[in-house]
Amino acid sequence: MTDYVIQQVVNALSAGSLYALMAVGLAMVFGILRLINFAHGDLMMIAAYLAVFSLGAGLPLEVAVPIMVIGTVAVGLLMERIAYRPIRGAPDVAMLLSSFAVGQLLQNGTLLTTRLAGKPTLIAFPSPEQLSGIISLGAITVPRVNVVSFVAGLVLLGLLTLFVTRTTLGLSMRAAAEDLKAAQLVGIKVNRVVATAFAIGAALAAVAGLLYSVQAGQINPYMGFTPVLKAFIAAVIGGFGSIPGAVLGGFVLGFLEVLVTALAGIGDLLPQGSVPPEVRTFLQQWLPSALASYRDAVVFIVLILVLLARPQGILGRRDAGDLE
Amino acid sequence: MTNRRRAAGPLLVIALSSIALAVLDASGQSFWQGLVINLGLFIILTVSLNLTSGFTGVFSLGQIGFMALGAYVAAILTLPLQEKAAYLPDLPSWIAGIHLDQLIGSIPAGFLVATVIAAALACVVAWLVGRVLMRLSGHFVAVATLGFLVIVRVVLFNADSFTRGSRTFSNVTPYTNLWWTAAWALLAVYVVWRIKRSPYGRDMFAQREDRVAAQAIGIRVMDPRLLAFVVGAFFSAVAGSLYAHFITSFSPTVFYFDLTFRVITMLVIGGMGSVSGSVLGAIFIVGLSEALRRVEDSTLLYGLSSIVLAVIFIVVITVRRDGLLGQREVPLDRLFDPAFWRRQGRPMDTAPERDQSP
Repeated sequence: MTDYVIQQVVNALSAGSLYALMAVGLAMVFGILRLINFAHGDLMMIAAYLAVFSLGAGLPLEVAVPIMVIGTVAVGLLMERIAYRPIRGAPDVAMLLSSFAVGQLLQNGTLLTTRLAGKPTLIAFPSPEQLSGIISLGAITVPRVNVVSFVAGLVLLGLLTLFVTRTTLGLSMRAAAEDLKAAQLVGIKVNRVVATAFAIGAALAAVAGLLYSVQAGQINPYMGFTPVLKAFIAAVIGGFGSIPGAVLGGFVLGFLEVLVTALAGIGDLLPQGSVPPEVRTFLQQWLPSALASYRDAVVFIVLILVLLARPQGILGRRDAGDLE
Repeated sequence: MTNRRRAAGPLLVIALSSIALAVLDASGQSFWQGLVINLGLFIILTVSLNLTSGFTGVFSLGQIGFMALGAYVAAILTLPLQEKAAYLPDLPSWIAGIHLDQLIGSIPAGFLVATVIAAALACVVAWLVGRVLMRLSGHFVAVATLGFLVIVRVVLFNADSFTRGSRTFSNVTPYTNLWWTAAWALLAVYVVWRIKRSPYGRDMFAQREDRVAAQAIGIRVMDPRLLAFVVGAFFSAVAGSLYAHFITSFSPTVFYFDLTFRVITMLVIGGMGSVSGSVLGAIFIVGLSEALRRVEDSTLLYGLSSIVLAVIFIVVITVRRDGLLGQREVPLDRLFDPAFWRRQGRPMDTAPERDQSP
């Protein structure tokens, strides 16, 4: 039982750190521009494809990762320059819709490229040795990639914290998120700050994309959609626009998902005699094993509840919520 | 200007379209018939999204969820008894006994009833969901309604006994034809156009322009938003039912984001707030998609059509955010107004119509 709980906790931490890596990118851009960049998930997809192609070309992981990160950052910067800078300051919804179009562009551009390269739509991800296999500690066995995901998330988010608290550029980024006009008045170059936010977000999304693909085992041009939705939920739960909030929200979401999966069918799983029969019947009725396949629906219901009850999230500022 | 003269323009267009439809119907050109039915479905979807989102500014990404609801509910209702027993053996008995496949003469009356029931059910769901979600604004309502779409999708995939889950729902009777589609499209356009010119419509636009100012002069925010959401859901579900009985086999994957984005493209290109703009946007995108699909088929460059549509979308959002018509309408009602033609250089009515004659 304890082993089972520990394994689930590791799963939750691993999923949570991937969500956190994605959510931070969304939150940084939202904090400054009030843009929900739905194409953020497609950066993750681009990274996965870059990794597949460089690993497929026989490059070692140490070379493939920098290529992947640099390529993804370049796409992120291009996206900002071409699609978002011209409409900066437009109504919220116009920017949101534009990001959907950018997403379509990246997805279908990737689809077209893979077709031209003679590859199928669904590609098996060649897991590098360093990321595959399992780690066992006594009776507990966890996939190595889950541990790597958690550690990588922790290290990168730590570096990000140092960046936003200790460097001038990081401080100007926080200032711009606080009040864009005031930041401009004191001489902060907004274009540079926005580009930095996109670049960092893209780099984190690239790492998340690699780890996510190793866990999923396969990639396709539309793989970014569900993760970006999850990252968005994480960012909302934590408090939209707040970097620590996004990290916290990512882990809360990771735990929530694992909890839903673990609690589904718990009435049948509990050993005989451990609970009174009425409790078991109650659990079987309210937490049936079919609940696990409704996990995404449960998560979105939580999102809607958070939006209604506490739109500023756990750590967000009150004015972040554009409510009645 | 008399009412009769105002009605003459729209009636002329309806008459000409009917003649064109009759010719198309008699010609037996199934490709063009299919394309026109497809166009009709998109007109219904775009016009209803315009009501829900364009008029009110409350951007809903959940519309296709209502379409899915309409498609599945109506298809389950019209399925003949034997097929129902064979394909959906686990249906609860009270639904399993319903079979709206009756014909009155050669008219499938059961199909009409099923469509209306499905659309009414969508209205109930929209009312329940809308009472909660219409309190939100801006980004947040967009994402919350997207959540609704995801929830609908998850339910469709998992409610096996009703929807066959991820397996294809097939053997739907092909009731949908040119006339059903045209009639529902006409009704959708008419209702939405009437709402735009009604006090409710003016409330919708007022709270969209400036919510605080609208509230300050006593305009309710919640009621017009909810009305727009519910009526939009009604017609989306109708489009779903028509789609189900046109395509005859479908799965939950259809009703997701790609379709949502396509309808949004039509809406934005036509102009958020313009009913005739939605119709023109649908015609433009359906035509363009079909042309691009042919290019894709002959060059095997799959993905090209979506790329072109996305680029067009980004250009429109960047350069001309109001789309083709903004909130204006093609002045069909003034087609036979000599005064309108005497004014030069103003082909569109730039000012909103003040005249409220019924």
